[in-house]
Amino acid sequence: MGELRYEFPDTLDAAVALLAGESGAARVIAGGTDVLVQLRTDTIEPGLMVGINNIPEVRTISAENGGFRFGAAVTGMELVEHAAFAKTWPGVIDAVKLIGSIQIKGRATVGGNFCNASPSADSVPAMFAANAVATIVGAKGRRDVPVEDIATGPGRTSLAKDEILASFFLPKRPPHAGDAYLRFTPRTEMDIAVSGVSVCLALDGGGSCTTARVAIAAVAERVLLVDEAADALIGTPVDDAALEALAVAVRAACRPIDDKRGTKTYRIKVTGVLAKRAARIALARAGER
Amino acid sequence: MAKIHVSATVNGDAVDFLCDPEQTLLDVLRDELEFNGAKEGCGTGDCGACSVTLDGRLVCACLIPGAEVQGKTIETIEGMADGEVLHPLQRKFIEHAALQCGICTPGLLIAARALLERNPDPTETEVRYWLAGNLCRCTGYHKIVEAVLDAAEEMRT
Repeated sequence: MGELRYEFPDTLDAAVALLAGESGAARVIAGGTDVLVQLRTDTIEPGLMVGINNIPEVRTISAENGGFRFGAAVTGMELVEHAAFAKTWPGVIDAVKLIGSIQIKGRATVGGNFCNASPSADSVPAMFAANAVATIVGAKGRRDVPVEDIATGPGRTSLAKDEILASFFLPKRPPHAGDAYLRFTPRTEMDIAVSGVSVCLALDGGGSCTTARVAIAAVAERVLLVDEAADALIGTPVDDAALEALAVAVRAACRPIDDKRGTKTYRIKVTGVLAKRAARIALARAGER
Repeated sequence: MAKIHVSATVNGDAVDFLCDPEQTLLDVLRDELEFNGAKEGCGTGDCGACSVTLDGRLVCACLIPGAEVQGKTIETIEGMADGEVLHPLQRKFIEHAALQCGICTPGLLIAARALLERNPDPTETEVRYWLAGNLCRCTGYHKIVEAVLDAAEEMRT
Protein backbone atom coordinates (compact mmCIF):
# COMPACT_ATOMS: atom_id res chain seq x y z
CA MET A 1 0.00 0.00 0.00
CA GLY A 2 1.32 3.44 -0.95
CA GLU A 3 1.32 6.54 1.17
CA LEU A 4 -2.12 7.55 2.33
CA ARG A 5 -2.97 11.26 2.21
CA TYR A 6 -5.69 12.59 4.48
CA GLU A 7 -7.31 15.93 3.70
CA PHE A 8 -10.01 17.89 5.55
CA PRO A 9 -11.22 20.59 3.15
CA ASP A 10 -13.54 23.37 4.39
CA THR A 11 -15.73 23.56 1.28
CA LEU A 12 -17.43 21.13 -1.08
CA ASP A 13 -15.69 22.75 -4.04
CA ALA A 14 -12.30 22.06 -2.46
CA ALA A 15 -13.32 18.49 -1.66
CA VAL A 16 -14.49 17.88 -5.24
CA ALA A 17 -11.22 19.35 -6.59
CA LEU A 18 -9.24 16.95 -4.39
CA LEU A 19 -11.23 13.97 -5.66
CA ALA A 20 -10.97 15.11 -9.30
CA GLY A 21 -7.21 15.64 -8.98
CA GLU A 22 -6.39 12.25 -7.43
CA SER A 23 -4.96 9.78 -9.92
CA GLY A 24 -5.40 6.72 -7.68
CA ALA A 25 -8.32 5.53 -5.62
CA ALA A 26 -9.94 8.09 -3.32
CA ARG A 27 -12.55 7.78 -0.60
CA VAL A 28 -14.87 10.32 0.96
CA ILE A 29 -15.17 9.82 4.71
CA ALA A 30 -17.75 11.31 7.07
CA GLY A 31 -18.52 9.22 10.17
CA GLY A 32 -16.14 6.50 9.03
CA THR A 33 -18.03 3.62 10.63
CA ASP A 34 -17.90 1.71 7.35
CA VAL A 35 -14.91 3.30 5.60
CA LEU A 36 -12.46 2.92 8.49
CA VAL A 37 -13.40 -0.73 8.95
CA GLN A 38 -12.88 -1.34 5.21
CA LEU A 39 -9.54 0.48 5.39
CA ARG A 40 -8.45 -1.56 8.37
CA THR A 41 -9.35 -4.86 6.74
CA ASP A 42 -7.68 -3.79 3.45
CA THR A 43 -11.04 -4.08 1.67
CA ILE A 44 -10.17 -0.68 0.22
CA GLU A 45 -6.69 0.80 -0.30
CA PRO A 46 -7.16 4.43 -1.28
CA GLY A 47 -4.33 6.87 -1.86
CA LEU A 48 -6.46 9.77 -0.69
CA MET A 49 -9.07 10.13 2.03
CA VAL A 50 -11.21 13.27 1.91
CA GLY A 51 -12.81 13.99 5.30
CA ILE A 52 -15.91 16.15 4.86
CA ASN A 53 -16.81 16.84 8.49
CA ASN A 54 -15.37 20.39 8.36
CA ILE A 55 -17.77 21.39 5.57
CA PRO A 56 -20.77 23.19 7.12
CA GLU A 57 -23.19 22.37 4.27
CA VAL A 58 -22.92 18.61 4.86
CA ARG A 59 -23.21 18.94 8.65
CA THR A 60 -26.40 21.07 8.92
CA ILE A 61 -30.10 20.33 9.50
CA SER A 62 -32.37 23.17 8.33
CA ALA A 63 -35.96 24.00 7.40
CA GLU A 64 -36.47 24.57 3.66
CA ASN A 65 -39.70 25.29 1.77
CA GLY A 66 -41.77 23.79 4.56
CA GLY A 67 -39.65 20.61 4.52
CA PHE A 68 -36.26 19.69 5.89
CA ARG A 69 -32.79 19.55 4.41
CA PHE A 70 -30.07 17.71 6.25
CA GLY A 71 -26.44 17.26 5.32
CA ALA A 72 -25.13 13.87 4.25
CA ALA A 73 -22.64 13.93 7.16
CA VAL A 74 -25.22 14.71 9.87
CA THR A 75 -24.94 11.87 12.39
CA GLY A 76 -27.71 9.52 13.45
CA MET A 77 -27.76 10.88 16.99
CA GLU A 78 -28.04 14.46 15.69
CA LEU A 79 -31.16 13.47 13.72
CA VAL A 80 -32.62 11.54 16.67
CA GLU A 81 -32.07 14.54 18.97
CA HIS A 82 -33.51 17.09 16.49
CA ALA A 83 -37.00 17.41 18.00
CA ALA A 84 -38.75 19.02 15.00
CA PHE A 85 -37.28 16.59 12.49
CA ALA A 86 -37.97 13.56 14.68
CA LYS A 87 -41.60 14.65 15.17
CA THR A 88 -42.13 15.15 11.43
CA TRP A 89 -40.39 11.97 10.19
CA PRO A 90 -40.86 9.29 12.87
CA GLY A 91 -40.33 6.50 10.31
CA VAL A 92 -36.92 7.87 9.36
CA ILE A 93 -36.09 8.05 13.07
CA ASP A 94 -37.34 4.44 13.57
CA ALA A 95 -34.72 3.40 11.01
CA VAL A 96 -31.86 5.60 12.21
CA LYS A 97 -32.35 4.40 15.79
CA LEU A 98 -31.77 0.81 14.66
CA ILE A 99 -28.34 1.55 13.15
CA GLY A 100 -25.69 0.08 15.45
CA SER A 101 -24.98 1.17 19.00
CA ILE A 102 -25.21 4.63 20.54
CA GLN A 103 -21.48 4.96 19.83
CA ILE A 104 -21.97 4.05 16.16
CA LYS A 105 -24.96 6.41 15.82
CA GLY A 106 -22.76 9.16 17.26
CA ARG A 107 -20.69 8.97 14.07
CA ALA A 108 -22.67 7.07 11.42
CA THR A 109 -24.54 9.13 8.85
CA VAL A 110 -27.49 8.62 6.52
CA GLY A 111 -25.24 9.79 3.68
CA GLY A 112 -22.81 7.03 4.53
CA ASN A 113 -25.63 4.49 4.71
CA PHE A 114 -26.44 5.41 1.08
CA CYS A 115 -22.82 5.49 -0.13
CA ASN A 116 -21.96 2.15 1.52
CA ALA A 117 -24.86 0.82 -0.59
CA SER A 118 -25.66 -2.23 1.52
CA PRO A 119 -28.96 -3.85 0.49
CA SER A 120 -29.83 -4.10 4.20
CA ALA A 121 -29.18 -0.43 5.10
CA ASP A 122 -31.83 0.65 7.62
CA SER A 123 -32.17 4.35 6.83
CA VAL A 124 -32.27 3.89 3.05
CA PRO A 125 -35.81 2.40 2.73
CA ALA A 126 -37.10 5.03 5.17
CA MET A 127 -35.67 7.78 2.94
CA PHE A 128 -37.17 6.11 -0.16
CA ALA A 129 -40.57 6.12 1.53
CA ALA A 130 -40.09 9.75 2.58
CA ASN A 131 -39.65 10.71 -1.09
CA ALA A 132 -36.27 12.27 -0.30
CA VAL A 133 -34.15 13.95 -2.96
CA ALA A 134 -30.34 13.83 -2.80
CA THR A 135 -28.13 16.75 -3.78
CA ILE A 136 -24.86 15.56 -5.32
CA VAL A 137 -21.95 17.91 -5.99
CA GLY A 138 -19.22 17.16 -8.52
CA ALA A 139 -16.73 18.76 -10.89
CA LYS A 140 -19.55 19.41 -13.39
CA GLY A 141 -21.72 21.13 -10.78
CA ARG A 142 -24.72 20.12 -8.69
CA ARG A 143 -27.49 17.69 -9.49
CA ASP A 144 -30.59 16.62 -7.59
CA VAL A 145 -31.68 12.98 -7.90
CA PRO A 146 -34.33 10.82 -6.22
CA VAL A 147 -32.59 8.82 -3.50
CA GLU A 148 -33.67 5.63 -5.29
CA ASP A 149 -31.08 6.44 -7.97
CA ILE A 150 -28.01 6.38 -5.69
CA ALA A 151 -27.32 2.67 -5.10
CA THR A 152 -26.94 0.42 -8.14
CA GLY A 153 -25.96 -2.81 -6.37
CA PRO A 154 -24.19 -4.10 -3.27
CA GLY A 155 -21.45 -1.57 -2.46
CA ARG A 156 -21.95 0.24 -5.77
CA THR A 157 -23.42 3.68 -6.41
CA SER A 158 -24.15 5.93 -9.38
CA LEU A 159 -21.84 8.67 -8.03
CA ALA A 160 -18.91 9.59 -10.30
CA LYS A 161 -15.40 9.60 -8.85
CA ASP A 162 -15.41 13.39 -8.40
CA GLU A 163 -18.91 13.50 -6.87
CA ILE A 164 -19.91 13.85 -3.22
CA LEU A 165 -23.34 13.23 -1.74
CA ALA A 166 -23.94 16.60 -0.05
CA SER A 167 -27.44 16.62 1.42
CA PHE A 168 -30.97 15.28 1.42
CA PHE A 169 -34.21 17.23 1.00
CA LEU A 170 -37.39 15.83 2.52
CA PRO A 171 -40.44 17.65 1.16
CA LYS A 172 -43.16 19.26 3.26
CA ARG A 173 -45.49 16.68 4.71
CA PRO A 174 -49.18 16.91 3.90
CA PRO A 175 -51.60 16.85 6.88
CA HIS A 176 -52.75 13.37 8.01
CA ALA A 177 -49.52 11.69 6.89
CA GLY A 178 -47.38 9.15 8.70
CA ASP A 179 -44.38 6.94 8.10
CA ALA A 180 -42.88 3.88 9.80
CA TYR A 181 -39.97 1.47 9.41
CA LEU A 182 -39.81 -2.08 10.73
CA ARG A 183 -37.11 -4.65 10.30
CA PHE A 184 -36.64 -8.23 11.34
CA THR A 185 -33.44 -9.31 13.09
CA PRO A 186 -32.82 -12.39 15.26
CA ARG A 187 -31.63 -10.08 18.05
CA THR A 188 -33.42 -6.93 19.20
CA GLU A 189 -30.37 -4.68 18.80
CA MET A 190 -26.95 -4.53 17.13
CA ASP A 191 -27.89 -6.72 14.21
CA ILE A 192 -28.29 -6.55 10.43
CA ALA A 193 -31.73 -6.68 8.84
CA VAL A 194 -32.99 -10.00 7.47
CA SER A 195 -35.79 -7.91 6.00
CA GLY A 196 -36.83 -4.27 6.34
CA VAL A 197 -39.93 -2.35 5.24
CA SER A 198 -40.79 1.35 5.19
CA VAL A 199 -44.25 2.71 4.55
CA CYS A 200 -45.18 6.39 4.20
CA LEU A 201 -48.81 7.30 3.53
CA ALA A 202 -51.19 10.26 3.59
CA LEU A 203 -54.95 10.30 4.15
CA ASP A 204 -57.71 12.66 3.05
CA GLY A 205 -60.23 14.10 5.54
CA GLY A 206 -62.38 10.99 5.19
CA GLY A 207 -59.54 8.59 6.03
CA SER A 208 -58.91 7.35 2.50
CA CYS A 209 -55.27 6.91 1.48
CA THR A 210 -54.29 9.53 -1.12
CA THR A 211 -50.56 8.85 -1.52
CA ALA A 212 -48.27 6.04 -0.39
CA ARG A 213 -44.67 4.94 -0.83
CA VAL A 214 -43.40 1.51 0.18
CA ALA A 215 -39.74 0.44 0.21
CA ILE A 216 -38.18 -2.93 1.07
CA ALA A 217 -34.64 -3.74 2.20
CA ALA A 218 -32.42 -6.84 2.44
CA VAL A 219 -34.57 -8.74 -0.08
CA ALA A 220 -32.80 -7.72 -3.31
CA GLU A 221 -29.39 -6.54 -4.53
CA ARG A 222 -30.38 -3.05 -3.41
CA VAL A 223 -33.25 -1.37 -1.58
CA LEU A 224 -36.39 -1.32 -3.75
CA LEU A 225 -39.29 1.11 -4.06
CA VAL A 226 -42.41 -0.96 -4.75
CA ASP A 227 -45.00 1.04 -6.70
CA GLU A 228 -47.44 -1.91 -6.83
CA ALA A 229 -47.41 -2.04 -3.03
CA ALA A 230 -48.20 1.67 -2.82
CA ASP A 231 -51.02 1.19 -5.35
CA ALA A 232 -52.53 -1.46 -3.07
CA LEU A 233 -53.04 1.21 -0.40
CA ILE A 234 -54.02 4.28 -2.46
CA GLY A 235 -57.78 4.84 -2.61
CA THR A 236 -58.46 2.50 0.31
CA PRO A 237 -59.06 3.15 4.01
CA VAL A 238 -55.98 0.97 4.65
CA ASP A 239 -58.28 -1.79 5.90
CA ASP A 240 -57.47 -5.50 6.22
CA ALA A 241 -58.18 -6.16 2.53
CA ALA A 242 -55.79 -3.38 1.46
CA LEU A 243 -53.13 -4.63 3.87
CA GLU A 244 -53.41 -8.14 2.45
CA ALA A 245 -53.05 -6.72 -1.08
CA LEU A 246 -50.03 -4.75 0.16
CA ALA A 247 -48.41 -7.93 1.49
CA VAL A 248 -49.03 -9.77 -1.79
CA ALA A 249 -47.48 -6.92 -3.81
CA VAL A 250 -44.47 -6.64 -1.50
CA ARG A 251 -43.82 -10.39 -1.61
CA ALA A 252 -44.01 -10.34 -5.41
CA ALA A 253 -41.25 -7.71 -5.50
CA CYS A 254 -38.85 -9.59 -3.21
CA ARG A 255 -35.91 -11.30 -4.91
CA PRO A 256 -33.72 -12.23 -1.93
CA ILE A 257 -30.77 -14.57 -1.55
CA ASP A 258 -30.39 -17.44 0.88
CA ASP A 259 -27.69 -16.61 3.40
CA LYS A 260 -26.74 -17.15 7.02
CA ARG A 261 -29.27 -14.56 8.15
CA GLY A 262 -32.31 -15.99 6.41
CA THR A 263 -33.65 -18.14 3.62
CA LYS A 264 -35.36 -16.81 0.49
CA THR A 265 -38.68 -18.35 1.51
CA TYR A 266 -38.54 -16.91 5.00
CA ARG A 267 -37.46 -13.45 3.85
CA ILE A 268 -40.32 -13.22 1.35
CA LYS A 269 -42.88 -14.31 3.93
CA VAL A 270 -41.67 -12.04 6.72
CA THR A 271 -41.40 -9.01 4.42
CA GLY A 272 -45.13 -9.20 3.75
CA VAL A 273 -45.84 -9.42 7.47
CA LEU A 274 -43.58 -6.45 8.22
CA ALA A 275 -45.24 -4.42 5.44
CA LYS A 276 -48.67 -4.89 7.00
CA ARG A 277 -47.40 -3.97 10.46
CA ALA A 278 -45.46 -0.93 9.21
CA ALA A 279 -48.53 0.28 7.30
CA ARG A 280 -50.63 -0.02 10.47
CA ILE A 281 -48.11 2.09 12.40
CA ALA A 282 -47.92 4.67 9.59
CA LEU A 283 -51.74 4.78 9.55
CA ALA A 284 -51.91 5.37 13.30
CA ARG A 285 -49.32 8.13 13.04
CA ALA A 286 -51.23 9.73 10.15
CA GLY A 287 -54.36 9.75 12.32
CA GLU A 288 -52.52 11.67 15.04
CA ARG A 289 -51.81 14.63 12.75
CA MET B 1 5.21 9.50 5.69
CA ALA B 2 3.81 12.96 6.32
CA LYS B 3 2.75 13.34 9.94
CA ILE B 4 -0.19 15.54 10.80
CA HIS B 5 0.09 18.01 13.67
CA VAL B 6 -3.00 18.02 15.90
CA SER B 7 -3.94 20.11 18.95
CA ALA B 8 -6.83 18.94 21.13
CA THR B 9 -8.05 18.86 24.74
CA VAL B 10 -8.02 15.59 26.69
CA ASN B 11 -9.67 15.54 30.12
CA GLY B 12 -9.36 19.32 30.34
CA ASP B 13 -5.67 19.50 29.41
CA ALA B 14 -4.33 20.85 26.11
CA VAL B 15 -2.39 18.22 24.17
CA ASP B 16 -0.36 18.33 20.95
CA PHE B 17 0.63 15.31 18.93
CA LEU B 18 1.88 14.20 15.53
CA CYS B 19 -0.04 11.37 13.93
CA ASP B 20 0.02 9.28 10.78
CA PRO B 21 -3.06 9.42 8.54
CA GLU B 22 -3.79 5.78 9.43
CA GLN B 23 -3.76 6.32 13.18
CA THR B 24 -7.09 6.33 14.97
CA LEU B 25 -7.93 8.38 18.03
CA LEU B 26 -7.52 5.16 20.03
CA ASP B 27 -3.99 4.67 18.61
CA VAL B 28 -3.18 8.27 19.48
CA LEU B 29 -4.57 8.04 23.02
CA ARG B 30 -2.73 4.81 23.80
CA ASP B 31 0.49 5.09 21.77
CA GLU B 32 1.19 8.83 21.61
CA LEU B 33 -0.43 10.27 24.74
CA GLU B 34 -0.20 7.30 27.13
CA PHE B 35 -3.87 7.26 28.05
CA ASN B 36 -4.21 3.47 28.25
CA GLY B 37 -7.67 3.32 29.84
CA ALA B 38 -9.58 3.01 26.58
CA LYS B 39 -9.03 -0.54 25.34
CA GLU B 40 -8.86 -2.02 21.86
CA GLY B 41 -11.24 -4.96 21.71
CA CYS B 42 -12.37 -5.39 18.12
CA GLY B 43 -11.04 -2.28 16.38
CA THR B 44 -14.20 -2.16 14.26
CA GLY B 45 -16.73 -0.39 16.47
CA ASP B 46 -18.53 -3.51 17.64
CA CYS B 47 -17.40 -3.94 21.24
CA GLY B 48 -17.32 -0.46 22.82
CA ALA B 49 -14.16 -1.09 24.88
CA CYS B 50 -12.64 2.09 23.40
CA SER B 51 -15.62 4.33 24.25
CA VAL B 52 -14.72 7.98 24.87
CA THR B 53 -16.60 11.21 24.36
CA LEU B 54 -15.69 13.61 21.55
CA ASP B 55 -17.15 17.10 22.09
CA GLY B 56 -19.58 15.42 24.49
CA ARG B 57 -20.69 12.75 22.03
CA LEU B 58 -20.22 9.07 22.94
CA VAL B 59 -18.09 7.41 20.25
CA CYS B 60 -15.73 4.50 19.63
CA ALA B 61 -12.19 5.92 19.56
CA CYS B 62 -11.16 3.13 17.17
CA LEU B 63 -13.41 4.64 14.47
CA ILE B 64 -12.20 8.25 14.73
CA PRO B 65 -9.29 9.33 12.55
CA GLY B 66 -6.68 10.84 14.90
CA ALA B 67 -6.21 13.71 12.47
CA GLU B 68 -9.88 14.66 12.83
CA VAL B 69 -9.78 15.66 16.51
CA GLN B 70 -8.03 18.98 15.80
CA GLY B 71 -9.55 21.57 18.16
CA LYS B 72 -11.87 19.03 19.76
CA THR B 73 -12.46 18.00 23.37
CA ILE B 74 -12.00 14.38 24.41
CA GLU B 75 -12.98 12.79 27.72
CA THR B 76 -11.53 9.42 28.70
CA ILE B 77 -11.79 7.16 31.75
CA GLU B 78 -8.64 8.78 33.16
CA GLY B 79 -10.64 11.98 33.72
CA MET B 80 -13.59 10.34 35.43
CA ALA B 81 -12.46 10.33 39.07
CA ASP B 82 -11.87 13.65 40.82
CA GLY B 83 -8.32 13.01 42.04
CA GLU B 84 -8.62 10.19 44.60
CA VAL B 85 -12.42 10.50 44.77
CA LEU B 86 -14.14 8.01 42.50
CA HIS B 87 -17.14 8.97 40.36
CA PRO B 88 -20.36 7.45 41.78
CA LEU B 89 -20.52 5.08 38.80
CA GLN B 90 -17.00 3.83 39.51
CA ARG B 91 -17.84 3.31 43.19
CA LYS B 92 -21.08 1.48 42.40
CA PHE B 93 -19.31 -0.78 39.89
CA ILE B 94 -16.99 -1.85 42.71
CA GLU B 95 -19.81 -2.23 45.26
CA HIS B 96 -21.90 -4.35 42.91
CA ALA B 97 -18.91 -6.34 41.61
CA ALA B 98 -19.94 -5.19 38.13
CA LEU B 99 -16.63 -6.23 36.62
CA GLN B 100 -14.43 -9.26 36.42
CA CYS B 101 -11.56 -9.03 33.94
CA GLY B 102 -12.08 -5.27 33.56
CA ILE B 103 -11.34 -4.86 29.85
CA CYS B 104 -14.83 -3.55 29.08
CA THR B 105 -15.12 -1.47 32.25
CA PRO B 106 -13.63 1.87 31.10
CA GLY B 107 -15.90 1.87 28.06
CA LEU B 108 -18.95 0.89 30.08
CA LEU B 109 -18.29 3.64 32.64
CA ILE B 110 -17.88 6.30 29.94
CA ALA B 111 -21.02 5.08 28.15
CA ALA B 112 -23.02 4.94 31.40
CA ARG B 113 -21.94 8.47 32.33
CA ALA B 114 -23.07 9.72 28.90
CA LEU B 115 -26.47 8.10 29.52
CA LEU B 116 -26.92 9.62 32.98
CA GLU B 117 -25.95 13.08 31.71
CA ARG B 118 -28.87 12.88 29.24
CA ASN B 119 -31.28 10.84 31.32
CA PRO B 120 -30.71 10.95 35.11
CA ASP B 121 -33.55 8.50 35.77
CA PRO B 122 -33.36 5.71 33.18
CA THR B 123 -35.40 2.52 33.34
CA GLU B 124 -33.62 -0.83 33.34
CA THR B 125 -34.64 -1.26 29.70
CA GLU B 126 -33.19 2.14 28.78
CA VAL B 127 -29.91 1.24 30.49
CA ARG B 128 -29.74 -2.08 28.63
CA TYR B 129 -30.43 -0.48 25.24
CA TRP B 130 -27.99 2.40 25.82
CA LEU B 131 -25.23 -0.04 26.81
CA ALA B 132 -25.94 -2.46 23.94
CA GLY B 133 -22.78 -1.25 22.21
CA ASN B 134 -20.54 -2.27 25.13
CA LEU B 135 -19.80 -5.98 25.17
CA CYS B 136 -18.86 -7.77 28.41
CA ARG B 137 -17.96 -11.47 28.23
CA CYS B 138 -17.64 -11.95 32.00
CA THR B 139 -20.50 -10.52 34.01
CA GLY B 140 -23.65 -11.37 32.11
CA TYR B 141 -24.48 -7.64 32.37
CA HIS B 142 -26.91 -7.89 35.28
CA LYS B 143 -24.55 -6.48 37.88
CA ILE B 144 -23.53 -3.70 35.49
CA VAL B 145 -27.14 -2.66 34.99
CA GLU B 146 -27.74 -2.79 38.75
CA ALA B 147 -24.67 -0.63 39.37
CA VAL B 148 -25.76 1.97 36.83
CA LEU B 149 -29.30 2.16 38.24
CA ASP B 150 -27.94 2.42 41.79
CA ALA B 151 -25.48 5.15 40.79
CA ALA B 152 -28.26 7.03 39.00
CA GLU B 153 -30.40 6.92 42.14
CA GLU B 154 -27.55 8.21 44.30
CA MET B 155 -26.69 10.96 41.81
CA ARG B 156 -30.32 12.17 41.78
CA THR B 157 -30.41 12.67 45.55
